Amino acid sequence: MIMPLRDRRLLETPLHTRLAAACETQQWYAWKGFAAVQCFTTVLQEYFAIRNSAGLFDLFPMTKYRIQGRDSRAYLNRLVTRDLSALKPGRVSYCVWCNDAGQVLDDGTVFCLGEEDWRLCSQERHLDWLLWSAQGFDVRIHEETTELAGLAIQGPTSCRILRNAGAAGLEQLPPFQHAAFTCAGVSMLISRTGFTGDLGYEIWFDPARALAVWDGLLEAGNNHGLRPIGSQALDIARIEAGFIQAGVDFMPAEQVVRPDRARSPFELGLGRFVDFRKPGFNGRRALQAEQQRGSRHRLLLLDVEGSHPARDAFIYNRARQVVGTVTSATWSPSAKANIAIASVRTPWGRDNDGLWAEVYYRRELQWEKVRACCRVVKGPFFDPPRKKATPALDF
Amino acid sequence: MQRYDAIVIGAGHNGLTNAAYLAKSGLRVLLLEKNPYVGGAAVSRELHPGWTYSNCSYVCSLLRPEIYRDLELARHGLQVIGYEGGITFMRNGDYFGNYSDAERHHREMSRHSRRDADAYERYASDVMRQTRLIRPFLMRTPADPTSLKRRDVMELIYMLRKYWGLGEHALYDTLRFWTMSIGEFLDEYFESAVIKAHFAGGGIIGTGLGVYSPGTAYVLLHHYMGEVDGSIGAWGFARGGMGAITRAMAGALRSYGGEIRTDAEARQILVKNGRVQGVALANGDEFHADVVVSNLDPKRTFLKIMDEKDLPPDVVRRARNFKIRGSSGKLNIALDGMPTFTAVPERHPLLVADLHFIDSLERMERAYDDWKYGRWSRDPYLDMLIPTQVDPTMAPPGKHMMTVFVQYCPAKLAGGDWTPADRDAFARTCVDQISEYSPNFKDLILHMEVRTPLELENEVGLTEGNIFQGELTMDQLLFNRPFPGYAQYRGPVTGMYMCGSGTHPGGGVMAAPGANAAREILMDLRRPPIVPGDTSDD
Repeated sequence: MIMPLRDRRLLETPLHTRLAAACETQQWYAWKGFAAVQCFTTVLQEYFAIRNSAGLFDLFPMTKYRIQGRDSRAYLNRLVTRDLSALKPGRVSYCVWCNDAGQVLDDGTVFCLGEEDWRLCSQERHLDWLLWSAQGFDVRIHEETTELAGLAIQGPTSCRILRNAGAAGLEQLPPFQHAAFTCAGVSMLISRTGFTGDLGYEIWFDPARALAVWDGLLEAGNNHGLRPIGSQALDIARIEAGFIQAGVDFMPAEQVVRPDRARSPFELGLGRFVDFRKPGFNGRRALQAEQQRGSRHRLLLLDVEGSHPARDAFIYNRARQVVGTVTSATWSPSAKANIAIASVRTPWGRDNDGLWAEVYYRRELQWEKVRACCRVVKGPFFDPPRKKATPALDF
Repeated sequence: MQRYDAIVIGAGHNGLTNAAYLAKSGLRVLLLEKNPYVGGAAVSRELHPGWTYSNCSYVCSLLRPEIYRDLELARHGLQVIGYEGGITFMRNGDYFGNYSDAERHHREMSRHSRRDADAYERYASDVMRQTRLIRPFLMRTPADPTSLKRRDVMELIYMLRKYWGLGEHALYDTLRFWTMSIGEFLDEYFESAVIKAHFAGGGIIGTGLGVYSPGTAYVLLHHYMGEVDGSIGAWGFARGGMGAITRAMAGALRSYGGEIRTDAEARQILVKNGRVQGVALANGDEFHADVVVSNLDPKRTFLKIMDEKDLPPDVVRRARNFKIRGSSGKLNIALDGMPTFTAVPERHPLLVADLHFIDSLERMERAYDDWKYGRWSRDPYLDMLIPTQVDPTMAPPGKHMMTVFVQYCPAKLAGGDWTPADRDAFARTCVDQISEYSPNFKDLILHMEVRTPLELENEVGLTEGNIFQGELTMDQLLFNRPFPGYAQYRGPVTGMYMCGSGTHPGGGVMAAPGANAAREILMDLRRPPIVPGDTSDD
């Protein structure tokens, strides 16, 4: 008897043969049990593909749920903090969802495929929570993670490449909108969404056609700088965009063991996605109480003095007390700034109140330490007009 | 007649640990053991030429790392090797594999229930929260809640602070968790029968309770609060068997100048004018000391080796009422080769770990029903391992040793006492269950040691063969272990102490009771505090 495939340490995505052929560094990591690429050739080349031409990223392991049925809108509207009551078919909404204590379980995107047909994409897995929350609603919830392939194609030439591959009229698709196209000879759903804060798309199709799509897109993008990108390049782009990530910038509330580790949407800078006008949603009472009482934590986007990324650094106030920690940090090649996402205790970080980071870095085996002043930044570190322009700008 | 500073009775892991600390502090210590070998229930013995059995306890997790490190057990030859997970074989020919790698674990759970796979995160963090609450108390003496002594008050404050520090929701959960059954607890998270059955095992092992008996959720915690190399809840093999642990402890004790006498059964703790005088052996020898520590269980300590006239009647009554029920048996088997299992391929990574053959809580509850009425389970819950896949020292190359823990097995049968025929029938029941899943297993058996509670009691000296030296139920835990008013390791007679698993924090090869008792003794003798406290740094 041969060892069943499922007992192997890592599974392969439908694109594995292509990823393996392109992955010159052999730097892999485990993403939800699948072998995924950290870096194909060099991180900076891949990063500049995102910002200068286009990058192609395999989204297969991302968690995807299909939610269907008469009450699917009401169900999702109770689940997430944002108001979905007017979301039209063809729209996508970025949402967070909370437990009853108003602590964030995860964030993700909600696709309205039809009045009674929805999709929820997230980093973490939530079937148990989704099913408990479905009590009393006429909905069917189905995890379709491995039944639906996804590719992110992100960067200024992404629209041009997809159009070259057959997605006629794609330039008219506004941000957070999705529509059906035939592209690389495969029928697919294309949404103008992404994790880079740039012009970019995510495409969703039958995994059986994955190789055809990959090959077709790379061919269509041959003269437009398309290249496969790994997670490290994507991570720089998402920090520049100011996007937070579950398990990195916050702990999904269901995984929290220690008190005070979970975060509310307000504490993650996501207050604008909490809509108290809708009467009932998970965590509403707790979040209302928090709004009155004030939050305990605050998420900050920081411009850190110097050039050493402030990874895992403690954040201090003027009185040299530790008030928080950096959760993500990188040098931003587009903003030409040293940027970080940090979680600090209130009242710190309301404005530029003298926060600084203790940054350790190594030069010729020797550790050095600097005290780097931090400036609080409102909004993303990199925010090009092409992100929102409709029709999409042609490059 | 010889005089010592302290005499410890019983060379199990707690007696050894206790004696080692007393000797390390500079006392002249004598450790007495009735058997010709040390180890108690942590022994390795060669009963079939070439094969070494871990005759009683068989895997290691609870052994406190503070003690492992402080007594330099590694230097004295101990090596504990962690393993991952386990398998529950199912009646339908399938199996559930429990991996420690999170993603494989999720994938395998999804095969049985996608929902359960996701619910596991909630389960794991809820159990870990309770684990983090209990762990700091393992290397501490329980506070007496009725005492106004400064130390007790400070300990109570410490305890409340830890409890309060869980956060408000965890406060509700803790009280429920400590009083619930493991079955009900698992029902709150999972729907798959086999997943529940797999996780429920820790709630009943060694316990005279069923999966739906209140209090068994805590027993699960007891199996989850250990660690191997910082991995909480993980279990490991002691290289050379569990006797390697006690051998290393004996090495430590001797290196501190302690003396061990085997074949030296204590007959009575000598008491005069409310003070201990020493110990009289069964062979008539007497050894004198101002401190006598009993590592025997509370029933044996107070009802067998102490004169009831020397004890307050209340203690005698509590000792008689102490719950220490035999509920498990053990098979140790020498195998001519590695058994194959129909459901999984050869060399499946989880075959190294715990193997079980009960795939539903209902079957587990029925196994308990048999025990309640004085029968061994017709369809028992087995916790089976083949450590020789990892350990090259316990069987010849290509041959294997199998350890089979059996739940439930009563100390007394409904029809009367155990007979050799009963014992054979009991073993046959277990072997038959394994054979259903491993067709070549029976043919590989070269030798088998069968241990019912009777053998465990007679050889090891555990009353009724109870592996924990007393049930781990709330009425016998913390400041109530073994009895209210006697949880701080001091007996009812001046100079007499208890250091066995019958004291806080309870059973398992943990060595915390032995160390905690040594801390109290050294405090009473006004000697420097050398016993480590809780050093977990998470």
